[in-house]
Amino acid sequence: MNRPEQASEHFGRGGYLLESAAAWLLGLLWILPLAYAVWTAFHAPEFSTRLELGAPLTLQNFANAWNAAPFARYFLNTFLLVSMILAAQLVLSTLAAYSFARFEFRGRDFMFFLVLLQLMVMPDVLIVENYNTMNVLGLRDTLLAIGLPYFASAFGIFLLRQTFKTVPRELEEAARVEGASALQVLLKVYVPLAKPVYLAYALVSVSHHWNNFLWPLIITNSVESRPLTVGLQVFSSTDQGVDWSIITAATLMTSAPLLIGFLLFQRQFVQSFMRAGIR
Amino acid sequence: MNRINLQHQVTGWLLLLPAMLLLLAFTHYPAVATLWHSFFSTPKGSRPASFVGIENYQVMIDDPVFWQSLWNNLYFSLGTIPLSIALAIAMALWVNGRIAGRGFLRLSYFTPTVLPMIAVANIWLFFYTPQYGLLEQITGFFGLPSHNWLGSPSTALGALILVAIWKEAGFFMIFYLAALQQMSPVLAEAAALEGASRWQYFWRVLFPLLMPTTLFVLINALINSFRLVDHIIVMTRGGPDNASSLLLYYIYQVGFSYWDSAYAAALTTVLLAVLGTTAFIKFRFLDRRTHYQ
Repeated sequence: MNRPEQASEHFGRGGYLLESAAAWLLGLLWILPLAYAVWTAFHAPEFSTRLELGAPLTLQNFANAWNAAPFARYFLNTFLLVSMILAAQLVLSTLAAYSFARFEFRGRDFMFFLVLLQLMVMPDVLIVENYNTMNVLGLRDTLLAIGLPYFASAFGIFLLRQTFKTVPRELEEAARVEGASALQVLLKVYVPLAKPVYLAYALVSVSHHWNNFLWPLIITNSVESRPLTVGLQVFSSTDQGVDWSIITAATLMTSAPLLIGFLLFQRQFVQSFMRAGIR
Repeated sequence: MNRINLQHQVTGWLLLLPAMLLLLAFTHYPAVATLWHSFFSTPKGSRPASFVGIENYQVMIDDPVFWQSLWNNLYFSLGTIPLSIALAIAMALWVNGRIAGRGFLRLSYFTPTVLPMIAVANIWLFFYTPQYGLLEQITGFFGLPSHNWLGSPSTALGALILVAIWKEAGFFMIFYLAALQQMSPVLAEAAALEGASRWQYFWRVLFPLLMPTTLFVLINALINSFRLVDHIIVMTRGGPDNASSLLLYYIYQVGFSYWDSAYAAALTTVLLAVLGTTAFIKFRFLDRRTHYQ
């Protein structure tokens, strides 16, 4: 974004207008479903199918949705869930990434291969066996059961390993000479230098697990452990019949924290996703 | 010297241990257990699982719903991936260029990515609703007959493909944007000096240079198309008549509606084989270009 592009200066203006029109058409089409949802959520039900510009705005749909299901509890559950997963991921990935980046031990390459496998074969598809495991552990229907399969993140390990490898070894050696232990070196030298990567990873992880649905749907069974996504599905499939205004309001409400966060920190979001994607 | 080396090795292992144990417990063990359990019967009540050889696979070969889900998944991948990649490239070029209103366009393209798939599915469910939905109102405005997009076997899968494209194109745009921003402006200048048109510049210069990104996105898109079924659960439940059932959705149904865990294990083995093949292709062929060191 800091280097506005090139091509349009060098190749004539003829196609430029046409392309602008196409870009805008696509942009409008892309925002249309969301705009329609916002319209429905902020207007009385009789306007959900009548697009009148002067229609009065209302927050009643949100109030109705909030009172119709334990959304406060769902918000709390999701908040606890993503915090727990992120904390575990940061600690475990940091330790493992440091090991892969700076230690030479027998079996390292094979272990790294095992880690990379998780990029392809993720817990998301191993629902039947992981359900059995949680049953055996007696963890079914708990927040811990939702998060546990995601604590060790191949993506996090890989991303941090790449970052740690770029840290000059001299910095580590200097700290070692002063008598720092491996853990101290990790905390004082490596972690501070990787801050932007941690931020990027955190944003990606939080938005991923805020949105996760299938596994929580399977493993939870009560209000006490349901995250927002599952709560929303239970709410909109059973309680409401076809009151679209309320369902849409609930839908926007559950995505609101991410959406608002995205609107406020758009640049950071986009750059984080970029940073996490470059390999 | 040897003692230091030993200590070095032990520290390396200890740092790795916590993550590795969890990985083994929730990724590698269940993958292997899936294969193992697919050769047994489903335990029922007091009757424990017994070895049945390849019986589950024989059932699978004769199961029309399995084949339909697999084919649906293939159509779903073929329907979503090329189109969302093409759109992602176009979006990235536009957002990276000097088009008026770039800020709005980037926002509009990328926002669906931030939304939970389940929210997206709810929004589109309303969008597609017969009689009330916006789509019906638009087609009705042009005097077209009413159509139940999600309720007819011929359009249900297509309607879901559209939702997936809407959700994913903006996500893939990010990777292209990252790649474009690392390209030297000299390339465009040189191409213009040589008298190349913008079209030629794209196909002869940009597109080949974007190839590593395209391969990376391709693999991710392929995995996603086999991994994500949230929208199926919300919008069609695999229906009507299994017309929109995908492989993972069928596994979910067999495993948690019919509670036939052995058959679900056999189905999961197929899914793992698909993902494993993808992984093999990626590690074997693609990673020669993008290096992990």
